[in-house]
Amino acid sequence: MHELPVTEQILQVTLDHARKAGARRVAHVNLVVGDLTSFVDESIQFYFDFLSRDTEAEGAVLHIRRVPARVRCHACQQEFAPDGIDWRCPHCGGLGGEVLAGRESFIESIEVE
Amino acid sequence: MEVVTQILSANDQIAQENRELLESRGILAVNLMASPGAGKTSLILQTAKALAGRVRVGVIEGDIASHVDADKVAAEGIPVVQINTGGTCHLDAPMVRQALKSLPLDKIDILFVENVGNLICPVEFRLGEGLRVMIASVAEGDDKPYKYPGIFTAVDAVVINKMDLAPYVEFDLAALREAIRGLNRRAEIFEVSCRTGEGLAPWADWLEKQWRTKT
Repeated sequence: MHELPVTEQILQVTLDHARKAGARRVAHVNLVVGDLTSFVDESIQFYFDFLSRDTEAEGAVLHIRRVPARVRCHACQQEFAPDGIDWRCPHCGGLGGEVLAGRESFIESIEVE
Repeated sequence: MEVVTQILSANDQIAQENRELLESRGILAVNLMASPGAGKTSLILQTAKALAGRVRVGVIEGDIASHVDADKVAAEGIPVVQINTGGTCHLDAPMVRQALKSLPLDKIDILFVENVGNLICPVEFRLGEGLRVMIASVAEGDDKPYKYPGIFTAVDAVVINKMDLAPYVEFDLAALREAIRGLNRRAEIFEVSCRTGEGLAPWADWLEKQWRTKT
């Protein structure tokens, strides 16, 4: 449900950069989103299509590069990717670790005409 | 064209301004997050009682609708502002900035910001808080950390509430503590019952210490 305010922000940043560059139209928006954030790709595109009507970003396609969660085991210090809700280390069986990746949420680039 | 801008940078900017305002007034803001019914308002009321005479408490209440919670807080003589988000599932920094204008900041030491009941969305939105605290209540079960890793990894403290219910529900305290530790080594863990008052003193003492060291 919070994809609406999130998408408003994505559109605002996109339009700010496009207008500064004097672009006529935004064709693509490239986002990087970690799997530990709670953003739903389809909802973001849905709201973007709705919010961007009559702006330079109307019709732009969002590309969302997903970053899988990666953690460093508290016990053995080796890195692993949690499997869904299973955060047990495959190397030593230890539970959980420090999050190294998976929390990203940024706009990497936009492609304009 | 390279952009590399955090999606929520506009919110983060206002959150930073809120934080600077609060810190300049010697106020520690606590962003309190939990599921609906976990005991956010109860914890605020009980903590305010435990801190009475030591620390002055203020409250921002966030709800989708109604002012039921704000009324309960106001009835205790605590300064409170209600934010109704009108459907939005979390508080954001602009809402808090607005609410701060209606609070007597010179009469507040610790400001509780009771977020909308939700374990997902509030995590993404900084408000200007100095501490992020979540409540995990016994009745919700011991398996929540790995279902909602985002919130459990983000908080400074987890308050396990409704400990008085533990004998009556399927709940494994050791399993919950192990799961919290697995996700977050630095978080303080408190076991309390807002109904019986059990365990509230160590939590209130810790909070007071945080206020004294952070402001």
